[in-house]
Amino acid sequence: MDTKVRHGAPVVSPERALRVFTAPQRNPGTPLDLDLVRALRINRSAVERRAATIPTRRTVKKEWQAAWLLRAITCMDLTTLQGDDTPTNVLRLCAKAKNPVRRDLLDALGATELGIRVGAVCVYHAFIPLAVEALAGSGIPVAAVSTGFPAGLNPLPQRIEEIKASVAAGAEEIDVVITRGHALAGAWEALYDEVHAFREACGAAHMKVILGTGDLATLVNVARASQVAMMAGADFIKTSTGKETVNATLPVGVVMTRQIRDYHERTGFAVGFKPAGGIRKAKQALEWLILMKEELGDRWLAADLFRLGASALLTDIERQLEHYVTGRYSAAHRHPMV
Amino acid sequence: MTTVSEIFETMAYGPAPESEKPALAWLDQHGRDFGLLVGGRWIKSDGGEGFDVINPATTAKLARVTQAGEADVDAAVAAARTAFPAWAKLSGHARARHLYALARAVQKHSRLLAVLESLDNGKSIRETRDLDIPLVARHLTHHAGWAQLADSEFAGYGPVGVVGQIVPWNFPLLMVAWKIAPALAAGNTVVLKPAEFTPLTALCLAEIAHDAGLPAGVLNVITGDGRTGELIVKHSDVDKIAFTGSTEVGRIIRKATAGSGKKLSLELGGKSPFIVFDDADLDSVVEGVVDAIWFNQGQVCCAGSRLLVHEGIAERLVTKLRARMEKLRVGPPLDKAVDMGAIVAPVQLERIRQLVDKGVEEGATLWQPSWACPTDGYFYPPTLFTNVSPAATVAQVEIFGPVLVTMTFRTPAEAVELANNTPYGLAASVWTENINLALDVAPKIKAGVVWINCTNLFDAASGFGGYRESGFGREGGREGMWEYLQQTRNAERGTRNKRRAPVPRSDFRVPRSKQVPPLDRTYKLFIGGAQVRPDQGYSRKILSPSGDLIAEVAEGNRKDIRNAVEAAHAAAGWSRTSGHNRGQILYYLAENLAQRAAEFAERISAMTGGGQAGRPEVDASVARLFTYAAWADKYDGAVHQTPIRGITLAMHEPIGVIGIACPEEHPLLGFVSLVAAAVAVGNTVIAVPSEAHPLAAAELYTVLEASDVPAGVINIVTGAKDALAKVLAEHDDVDAVWYFGNQAAGAEVERASAGNMKRTWAEWHARDWMDPKQGEGQEFLREATQVKNIWIPYGE
Repeated sequence: MDTKVRHGAPVVSPERALRVFTAPQRNPGTPLDLDLVRALRINRSAVERRAATIPTRRTVKKEWQAAWLLRAITCMDLTTLQGDDTPTNVLRLCAKAKNPVRRDLLDALGATELGIRVGAVCVYHAFIPLAVEALAGSGIPVAAVSTGFPAGLNPLPQRIEEIKASVAAGAEEIDVVITRGHALAGAWEALYDEVHAFREACGAAHMKVILGTGDLATLVNVARASQVAMMAGADFIKTSTGKETVNATLPVGVVMTRQIRDYHERTGFAVGFKPAGGIRKAKQALEWLILMKEELGDRWLAADLFRLGASALLTDIERQLEHYVTGRYSAAHRHPMV
Repeated sequence: MTTVSEIFETMAYGPAPESEKPALAWLDQHGRDFGLLVGGRWIKSDGGEGFDVINPATTAKLARVTQAGEADVDAAVAAARTAFPAWAKLSGHARARHLYALARAVQKHSRLLAVLESLDNGKSIRETRDLDIPLVARHLTHHAGWAQLADSEFAGYGPVGVVGQIVPWNFPLLMVAWKIAPALAAGNTVVLKPAEFTPLTALCLAEIAHDAGLPAGVLNVITGDGRTGELIVKHSDVDKIAFTGSTEVGRIIRKATAGSGKKLSLELGGKSPFIVFDDADLDSVVEGVVDAIWFNQGQVCCAGSRLLVHEGIAERLVTKLRARMEKLRVGPPLDKAVDMGAIVAPVQLERIRQLVDKGVEEGATLWQPSWACPTDGYFYPPTLFTNVSPAATVAQVEIFGPVLVTMTFRTPAEAVELANNTPYGLAASVWTENINLALDVAPKIKAGVVWINCTNLFDAASGFGGYRESGFGREGGREGMWEYLQQTRNAERGTRNKRRAPVPRSDFRVPRSKQVPPLDRTYKLFIGGAQVRPDQGYSRKILSPSGDLIAEVAEGNRKDIRNAVEAAHAAAGWSRTSGHNRGQILYYLAENLAQRAAEFAERISAMTGGGQAGRPEVDASVARLFTYAAWADKYDGAVHQTPIRGITLAMHEPIGVIGIACPEEHPLLGFVSLVAAAVAVGNTVIAVPSEAHPLAAAELYTVLEASDVPAGVINIVTGAKDALAKVLAEHDDVDAVWYFGNQAAGAEVERASAGNMKRTWAEWHARDWMDPKQGEGQEFLREATQVKNIWIPYGE
């Protein structure tokens, strides 16, 4: 179609631009409201039914799908968290973060001017300086996993120091993990204190609180841990480390986004959401975007309130974009590797 | 044209249309002009009358179909009758293969059927693709299983014969499957009429079925409006009518078939409650409401259309609901990203508009989302009413559209009261995280289906059907199969009841005088556990066959019936006593009857002139009481295998208050056979004994008193049986009437029952009450109960 090769700056009305791009006021947290936390009720079967219809009630096709996939890229925390990470693959990741889609495809999509780049690059502490240097001038923040990732069972002082060290090394975003045992034991005060301490250590850096939902056993625990994390000052709540046996699932996403909505209605503060782990296909990225749009609204479809933790996902999105442009199915090796 | 970069900023949804081309091609193959599928081939009506089928989303004409007239209905019934013997005689396995093949064929053509259904009805492709068509295949597969197992699981039962089936427009193909699958599995042949708004998928399925090898004449599909339906209902060679549709039409069918001996199952309207307690997961409740009332544009008989909310959370829930409604999408049904499609026809749209106007007029608060519906088809937005009182029209009348009314309650008891404050009783949904509360409330709601923390779940393994004016009979599961079966004993006798000689009247015989006046015995009425005088001070003479005056019994009238019904309702606690306790009382009754066996035997012999026949009848009566004492704690329900993580409980619930007009023959045994079956499972009864020979029942008063039968459980009103039976049938607070007598009065009972659509069991052929195969057993227990399916998903 002709429209695919149209160029030029996007036409965005002032109201729409305002709606989409007004920065949210940072969540300062609230006192711990134990009554609210304990009164939460989640019906798993009903949540699962809702989650099952997220991909069947909504879909986007053609140029809508291409646009949504570009949006997914801008919300991506391009991540490598492997034991065998070295400067080589971290640098490759950073290069990809700056140019996530082949230039010719962007041209064909008429999206060159959109300045598509990923939301952040997410690495272990050791690679922060390297990534900061590699991304200098790109505007892409470096995120570091912290606090004894992935189990989070190191001594608390060490976990606090780890945050401070990462912030000092240049990380603008810190992905902390909670002590899952606190949630399992219903020790909500302990969880609140822990996350609150993390937040203080983060300072100006944005804090994403990983709940490790695969370890939390029940959806009501997920809901309660979400609320406690937000009350303790989370900027984002995040599903998983990617290391649990079960990672980001739509039912968990339904529960967490509903808690974010509730917190926003109650306090006025918008907290972000980051599903992570197991998101490898473009179709999954679309499902998560639909979930955000349906449960939270359009404001949560931007990188300041939504991130997808992923690595292999990007290649699949590129393949789908190429398919849209050419009408032919693409292959992974046609796109620069992550 | 919207560009990628624009959409990148707006993140709007775009169109996602499913192609209509294959479905239109199928219509074109038929020249967009359909005949009737009768006897395995397309026939054109002689009358030449027809009507257009319209796509309600665009108002475009899809096709023209035939208005079947009398000759066409005759031809279809004849084709079904011709095909019946061979189809009925096929082995269960062979019929299973046919149904399995049909299920497979539906799956093979699933998208064609889904698109066609959406075009024809206006419902969203998401629903037809994900719900309607998969459920059609599931229903056929499930019933292939029943065909396979019919010989062993329904031994002694066989098909009813030719079945006339009339289905509505809201789930056109799904309702076809619900109707034909059990009918064909049981060995019946079918004449089916789809709704005039939505005949296309039924025609398509019939064609698919014949391509899949279904024998000619087994499934005949004829199109037409209500006139065609009426011809089927009144056709003399149709043995059973199964109807899904409005209570209004159901009532007409009930009257039209009265006295015909046709078996009847009716699945009618509803105004189903959706009850939310204050400990429910409210965000999930909101999605439940979406599935309840904005599913299929609210054109669902079991739609949760009355939202009953605990007053403490009502405001929060309504706020959440409004936010959710704002996000619903109404649009072209073939768009894969809409929640609601079009309303089926202008007449239905107009009805919705009028009722909504009425709601506003009566002072309820209307709320609709800010966005506008498409205007090129028949669309209506999701609508919410608050500040609604139970007296409001919108709270009482079935709207059959996307309109929800909200009311609040204070206590669980009040929630149940509000839930039951309707003539209907189809379905209910209960939301709470407290299992004690859920399982306490579910049995108290008068509805055939109760969904706990879910709604509008359907499966072939679970029976679906209503209480009260929502109809009777079940579709799905073992309970649904009974609707298409009859005892082979009946089949041998002929498919329908034969006329029987009327009872000789004794009123005007002049008694011979006795030399020594007998000691007077006064037989009053037995109401509320006490012997009471009749409302009017009349008695009737009871004569022996030789004309001797044996006694005089009280002449009950309509006020006595009224009082007895009140007493029976006051004894409703009987349904909550344990089966063990009910059994104990029946055993005790047997014991006390046995003690007076000689006396009863003598009475029976004197009344009937049966010589020594009295004693065997008393012995058989004692044995029968034992039978139902035994059943009292054994007539278990079932746990159905539905495809959810959870359980579906099929509970056998008593019907409530049953009026029983007893057979003339076997005055004691006939009475005991019916009354014991009814009370064993928890009903309370008003029994009208044999008119000619009421003394055996009247003598029972003292036995009942001696046996700890709670007051009001068994009430006995003697008198003119047929007239009293009619009063019972007309009484809107009687839940079922059983009538054993002559055809004219039986017809009268069936006709009169249409008032509140109570269940009836009217028989005018002879039954050998002494034969346990005919006189007792599960046939009686099925008549005495209704199945409530409670869906309980679980998982933390």
